[in-house]
Amino acid sequence: MAVDREALIRDLVRQFADVPGGLLPLLHAVQEALGYVPPEVIPELADGMGLSRAEVHGVIGFYHDFHVSPGGETTIHLCRAEACQAMGSRALEAHVKARLGIDYGETTADGKYRLEPVYCLGNCSCAPSVRIDDDVHAGVSPDTFDRLVEV
Amino acid sequence: MAVTVYVPSDTTACALGADEVAVEITAQARVRGIDIELVRNGSRGAFWLEPLVEVETHEGRQAFGSVTPDDVAGMFDAGFPGSCRHSTALGPVDEVTWLSRQERLTFERAGVIDPLSLDDYRAQGGYRGLERALTMSGQDIVDEIKQSGLRGRGGAAFPTGIKWQTVLDTPADEKFICCNADEGDSGTFADRLLMEADPFQLIEGMTIAGLAVGAGQGYIYLRSEYPRALRVLESTLATAREEGFLGRDIRGSGQSFDIEVRLGAGAYICGEETSMLESLEGKRGLVRFKPPLPAIEGLFGQPTVVNNVLTLGAVSTILARGAKYYEDFGTGRSRGTLTVQLAGNVRRGGLVELPFGASLREVLEDFGGGTANGRPPRAIMVGGPLGAYLPASLWDTPLDYEAMAEAGGMLGHGGVVVFDDTVDMADQARFAMEFCAVESCGKCTPCRVGSVRGMELIDKIKDNEARQSNLGLLDELCETMIDGSLCAMGGLTPIPVRSAIEHFPEDFGIADER
Ligand SMILES: Cc1cc2nc3c(=O)[nH]c(=O)nc-3n(C[C@H](O)[C@H](O)[C@H](O)COP(=O)(O)O)c2cc1C
Ligand code: SF4
Repeated sequence: MAVDREALIRDLVRQFADVPGGLLPLLHAVQEALGYVPPEVIPELADGMGLSRAEVHGVIGFYHDFHVSPGGETTIHLCRAEACQAMGSRALEAHVKARLGIDYGETTADGKYRLEPVYCLGNCSCAPSVRIDDDVHAGVSPDTFDRLVEV
Repeated sequence: MAVTVYVPSDTTACALGADEVAVEITAQARVRGIDIELVRNGSRGAFWLEPLVEVETHEGRQAFGSVTPDDVAGMFDAGFPGSCRHSTALGPVDEVTWLSRQERLTFERAGVIDPLSLDDYRAQGGYRGLERALTMSGQDIVDEIKQSGLRGRGGAAFPTGIKWQTVLDTPADEKFICCNADEGDSGTFADRLLMEADPFQLIEGMTIAGLAVGAGQGYIYLRSEYPRALRVLESTLATAREEGFLGRDIRGSGQSFDIEVRLGAGAYICGEETSMLESLEGKRGLVRFKPPLPAIEGLFGQPTVVNNVLTLGAVSTILARGAKYYEDFGTGRSRGTLTVQLAGNVRRGGLVELPFGASLREVLEDFGGGTANGRPPRAIMVGGPLGAYLPASLWDTPLDYEAMAEAGGMLGHGGVVVFDDTVDMADQARFAMEFCAVESCGKCTPCRVGSVRGMELIDKIKDNEARQSNLGLLDELCETMIDGSLCAMGGLTPIPVRSAIEHFPEDFGIADER
């Protein structure tokens, strides 16, 4: 496992080392493969890209998408922005947090779901919107949410 | 012969079940031995009618609205895909007034064609603009764009031709075209719709921009919240390359241009053009000081065109039909068409493309059809999270850049979000500050810290804690944010806050003296 991961990181670094501005695509690729960016791999990413560790940490910290700890099997993105507010997303937000028993940035105890806020999914005519992994759901009420997830 | 049936593949259509409808239609056709060809078109943007299924007939395409998987068997029982009486049947799609009343230029092909098909695109007028551009000098192309009166659709409304002229005139070995597809404003989805429904139009527009200014490489900076758009763009960029519309020696012209998609990573500020450039360079999205302008020192220090998706989309129309054709639409200094995006609590939401100049009220009445839940509308946010909340007394404002600015707001990217009478405008003002706090790049104190302070002040005002003096402090804070912010994130957040207080004082516990 550890060997696999090392090989994977080495391959990815090689793939993006010469890409102009390649750090973001590299971080996306690492996260796509591992689900997060493990802090232990940061020195290797930094070396490969000719950057300092602090720079890589800085980039990871700046963007909401990147995580340095493993999340859940599934990520739930709840839209908090205005168009969804106009359709009752504040109530939905309270329901979702209570239902999953977690706040934003947290993962359920069984490791199934990580909950993240998102500011717009571009589905604003059919709000409130929730993204579950790569699928966007429209007009989500507390009831429909309960049918979408199993707690 | 197989009957062609269209089921949209767009994000909103799929969020409403279009994939399941497509599966059910295929299954029912198979069981009944009916020969159909299923095409996954993009969406026409009539989201209130999605999933909008269409069937090709001798009398044109027939539409079926808000189809659920459970409807499908009944539709087939009633004669689908042949002539069919069913509760979902809308008649010819060209006669759906919500669509036929619009003036579709940029979104002419959206929902009509298979977005992945280059043949479809070309059969419907696509790539005529590029063909023409390949016979013109860079200066001629720039002049054509100037003459069209096109202004940037990303929010700042800067004249596109003037921006391109600067890039053309700046000597450099390397120049770039960067398409801003970060579309972060709540209530907007026009960029997404264009990329998912008619992606070749964007590719064509960027290629024309490359020819105009002498750039060899383009980037599309796409927000990571749009995974479907990413798949569509990757597929169509590969097709364009295979067919000689991108890469070396485009269509035998000797000119070269290529495009790469780069994903954002969930940061609203990366829609600001210099923050986007930093992000494309693989860095934190800290906003740059201007000057230098990106047109002179942009991506990797080279002259760079940064344009919104819709701006670049309009470019192909302008080149194909001529500047004069485009310029003839619109009003005053707002030329061409505006894409209003009707969102939030609205019955008939979706994309409405019209010449500039219609009033907000006209759009709401002709297209919106009231709120989704039937309650009275109370406030409308125009132009995204940095735009104003407008009360009913301002809904007659024409939707053009200058008129909106005069009303104390901005048109921005054309997002229109409707709120009903249950909205608490103090909560909305607080959210504007919270959003600024969450999304600030952190460079300026008034933006980074002031926004947090703003949230605290609004909490106190709501709790009637020293209300008068806290309202005064909030106003001073807004002034500091306007004066002390490097970019519009901190500089315009006071707009939603102040408009909420000015137009809805009762929600802040201020006795309405009017
Ligand atoms: C905070 C902030 C966010 C912005 N977000 C976007 C965006 O998501 N998309 C966009 O095209 N322009 C956005 N802009 C405007 C860009 O800075 C820039 O003006 C635009 O991309 C230029 O293209 P245009 O001339 O075609 O409009 C944003 C500006 C600010 C200050
Ligand atoms: S105003 Fe805010 S977002 Fe803009 S540069 Fe300053 S800190 Fe960054």
